[in-house]
Amino acid sequence: MGKVLGFLTRTRGRGGRLHWTDWASYAYLGLGVALMFGPVVWLLLSSFKTEAELARFPPRLLPHAQEMMTLPGHDDPLPMFVVTDGPLAGEQVAQVRRIGLASQVVRPEAPDEIIKIDISQREPVEEIRFAWENYTGLFGEFDFMRYLWNSTFITLTATAIMLLVNAMAAFALSKYRFRGRGVVLALVIGVLMIPQTVVLVPLFLIVSKLGMYNSLWGVIIPGAATPTGVFLLRQYMLTIPDEILDAARMDKASEWKIFWRIVLPLSAPALAVLAILAIMWRWNDFLWPLIVLSENRNFTLQLALNTFQGQLSTDWSSLLAMTVVTLLPIACVFMFLQKYIATGIASTGGK
Amino acid sequence: MANVTLKNVRKSYGAVEVIKGVDLDIRHGEFCVFVGPSGCGKSTLLRMISGLEEISGGDIAIGGQVVNDVAAADRGLAMVFQSYALYPHMSVRQNLTFGLENISTPKAEIARKVEEVSRMLQIDALLDRRPKDLSGGQRQRVAIGRAVVREPRVFLFDEPLSNLDAELRVDMRGEIAALHRRLGNTMIYVTHDQVEAMTMADKIAVLRAGRIEQFGRPLDLYNRPANIFVAGFIGSPKMNFIAGEIDAQDPGLLRLGSGETVQLPRSGFGQRRGMKVTIGVRPTHLRPEAGGAISIDVDSVEQLGGESYIYGRTSGGAPITVHSPGQTEVRPGSGIALNIPTAALHLFDTETGVSLRLEEEAEAELESA
Repeated sequence: MGKVLGFLTRTRGRGGRLHWTDWASYAYLGLGVALMFGPVVWLLLSSFKTEAELARFPPRLLPHAQEMMTLPGHDDPLPMFVVTDGPLAGEQVAQVRRIGLASQVVRPEAPDEIIKIDISQREPVEEIRFAWENYTGLFGEFDFMRYLWNSTFITLTATAIMLLVNAMAAFALSKYRFRGRGVVLALVIGVLMIPQTVVLVPLFLIVSKLGMYNSLWGVIIPGAATPTGVFLLRQYMLTIPDEILDAARMDKASEWKIFWRIVLPLSAPALAVLAILAIMWRWNDFLWPLIVLSENRNFTLQLALNTFQGQLSTDWSSLLAMTVVTLLPIACVFMFLQKYIATGIASTGGK
Repeated sequence: MANVTLKNVRKSYGAVEVIKGVDLDIRHGEFCVFVGPSGCGKSTLLRMISGLEEISGGDIAIGGQVVNDVAAADRGLAMVFQSYALYPHMSVRQNLTFGLENISTPKAEIARKVEEVSRMLQIDALLDRRPKDLSGGQRQRVAIGRAVVREPRVFLFDEPLSNLDAELRVDMRGEIAALHRRLGNTMIYVTHDQVEAMTMADKIAVLRAGRIEQFGRPLDLYNRPANIFVAGFIGSPKMNFIAGEIDAQDPGLLRLGSGETVQLPRSGFGQRRGMKVTIGVRPTHLRPEAGGAISIDVDSVEQLGGESYIYGRTSGGAPITVHSPGQTEVRPGSGIALNIPTAALHLFDTETGVSLRLEEEAEAELESA
């Protein structure tokens, strides 16, 4: 930990003095952090704001909410105000009701004695409060756990199937010499150039003919073989020396055993990269699930997010809270495996 | 018994023939070395014997049984690869046991064999390490251990020492030779280094361009090379070659291009009058001597203390190396005369490169038969 800290705080200037390049680096890095993290932080803070606070202009950074107080003789908690003018100036009062431009308030010491003041003579007493109900609400009226399960199931299953299928294809394309290998490889690379939107309609027709419409498998299966994955893994497997495979053959290992016990473990770095990419693709995928899944109970988190956004009104507080929850798993994956992502992107030049 | 017999074995990649009909009979328990310059097909031949490479023609028999269509794993062979080819993600122990597990050896027996082999090769302290934590020599030992532990009939080595430094190579050479004495298995060893071949082999097969140029015991190859190629390849430093022509009248007289003459034995070679021949003589057999048969201009001299090498060229331009025991007074730039002892001469037909002595012997054999 000390090493990490020492590494992170290294400067070009010695003995506590900062070289001008240190200033420049920190400024540049600071800008980067602000650009990258600013929106995320804003999203996070906003997800704790009440609907009223979200609608407020100008917006404030931290989530605020009006202080409430429960007084004897009043069933509901009453919003607190501070009086700015008039005989009660400086005192805190609780508003019982508001009628037009007049406000009926009581003092906390005398909850029965109603005083009328002008609304311009009072200002709300506010405190910093996190609206956890945005989050708890997701688990209540909203079937969050089902969407989470759908998303998780699709992501994990699709990733597992994809890794297996792609690794097998890559193994054959990198380690076996057979007639037509070049053609197959050219096809795989060629497919890389076709945007998914182009094949959307035919793909949908196939999926629905196979009876996978409105089923999670309809989302999983079409993504099982990706040209990017095959290509990435093949390039990596090319670097495994053939002599190791020959040695395994001399050791009486079957071809499947060579794949499973030798090639797969040795491709672990590439598999990790592909796994991370696949998890991100599947988790964030919106368009394809939107097309295939029609019933609410099959929705993924991304689709569920979409349902908060109606034609006439948008439930911003829930939407924001849900967005944060949806981001969390992928952020965790990224945090723990970002080392592999960096190497993966460096080694493939891929996305 | 594990004789390895090759009959007219061929290999071609498309139209390119890389092994052009090899006949070979390696007897049980022999240490046979395939040696040749790079690209001569020696590794391909080894891989064909191992079964990793298919053969395009001919027969390979191991222990009397033709194995052309037998899978590599079922031929009862073990191979040590040039790059060691250890499984990088497995510990040394797992590297040794992988093959045994694949043939469902009982656990107790696996443990016993691994212990035995690792003790023999002195890798018992390394069993739990990964290959990347081992030095080159240790990796080599593990690779050999992986072969030994399976108790194969025949061991195949594909340039196993070429990745080691010079000192280690000499050590490992000794160890492999000792291993052969101890196990007594047939071993086939591929190398491009003729010193390895000379020091380790019972039999050497010299290959060139997909053909066996000569097959025999190391000293036979050294003393009676079948052709110029073998003569030049076996022995270090290289044999000296000087082109000349047999005198039109006297078959015992060789005229060099420079006008010098060399006396040849009147019999013992199949030379003919007026024939273009090349004489070969090893550096150790040349002696600087006043009034010697040929004279050379000295280009450089290497003094090693115990021995010296004199490099020069004849007036005809042929490079000549002279090995002289002890230290020498010869200086670069000077000219010296060399005596060529008739008994140490090799004579080759310049056109075909074939040794004339062998031709003579073959004729004699025909006559006696």
